[in-house]
Amino acid sequence: MSEWTLFEVFVRSKHGLNHKHVGSVHAADAQMAIENARDLYTRRNEGVSLWVVPSALITASSPDEKEPLFDPSQDKVYRHASFYELPAEVGHM
Amino acid sequence: MNPQNDLSEYLLRLADSALVQGQRLCEWCGRAPALEEEMALMNVGLDLVGQARNWYEYAAELLADGRDADRLAYRRDERAYRNLLLVEQPNGDYAVTMTKQFLYDAWHFHTLAALTGSADARVAGIAAKALKEVTYHLRRSAEWVQRLGDGTEESHRRMVAAVRELWRFTVELVHADQVEERLHRTGIAPNPEELATAWRAKVADVFASASLAMPEPASHFYLSGKRGLHTEHLGLLLAEMQFLQRAYPDATW
Repeated sequence: MSEWTLFEVFVRSKHGLNHKHVGSVHAADAQMAIENARDLYTRRNEGVSLWVVPSALITASSPDEKEPLFDPSQDKVYRHASFYELPAEVGHM
Repeated sequence: MNPQNDLSEYLLRLADSALVQGQRLCEWCGRAPALEEEMALMNVGLDLVGQARNWYEYAAELLADGRDADRLAYRRDERAYRNLLLVEQPNGDYAVTMTKQFLYDAWHFHTLAALTGSADARVAGIAAKALKEVTYHLRRSAEWVQRLGDGTEESHRRMVAAVRELWRFTVELVHADQVEERLHRTGIAPNPEELATAWRAKVADVFASASLAMPEPASHFYLSGKRGLHTEHLGLLLAEMQFLQRAYPDATW
């Protein structure tokens, strides 16, 4: 048990939607992780598909980099569609 | 015996084996080696209890003696229980628990698969619903047998011991008695030979991938579970499982 790997679990709730991160499980291998995820996260009909990924394989951004990574986008309102005025002829989009 | 007695007898066998196996799994509650395993064990256990209920309800209709599913489960004595001797054996370590589960699942899967084509539509319907759950049970327990059998030296040693301990009870899985023979002839129950062949092939296949030797067929000795003669372990299991209904008959909540 102490040697089991931690896996992150992603569930797709419906066809056509994205897989979403729902939590993590411990397991000895990937197949067991799928089964443990099935038993933990899809008990109440939550999913139609599962992904598991060893947590150690995920590269995460560092909290220290928060400012350089994310602050610059705060004052770039022109990146939102709502920044632009539509010509009257277009009507409702 | 008339055909209806055969059928209710057979339904009780299916129900009792599922209930006792489910009860054994639920004994792991609070004691499983990992949280994830505990959830999985309870899922499988409760699947089996649910299946037992379906079989009991049909049996109760055929028996038509005023007993309902709960009464059949909680107020019958050991000698009236018709489960396989295999499933009443104690859980032991995880190797014993998983070997027992796998040997039962392989039998259960092929039994239900055959029952989906039963001449009795109600039996076929219950079997089809249960088969989806049991397909998963078998996959999970087979993987555990491989993982432990082909794992470390310690896990392999324990698996060898578990097979040696439990193998004697497997003869009952593949040995049809007269009730099952008659029900097969009327198209209700599986063909005993085909069931035995399918069970052996599955077990041999998984054992081979788990580095476990396939033992010789067990001798025809431990065959009495279906007739209500049990090992010493069933009485203790029932004493715990039936306590509430015995102490407070017809209690509800």
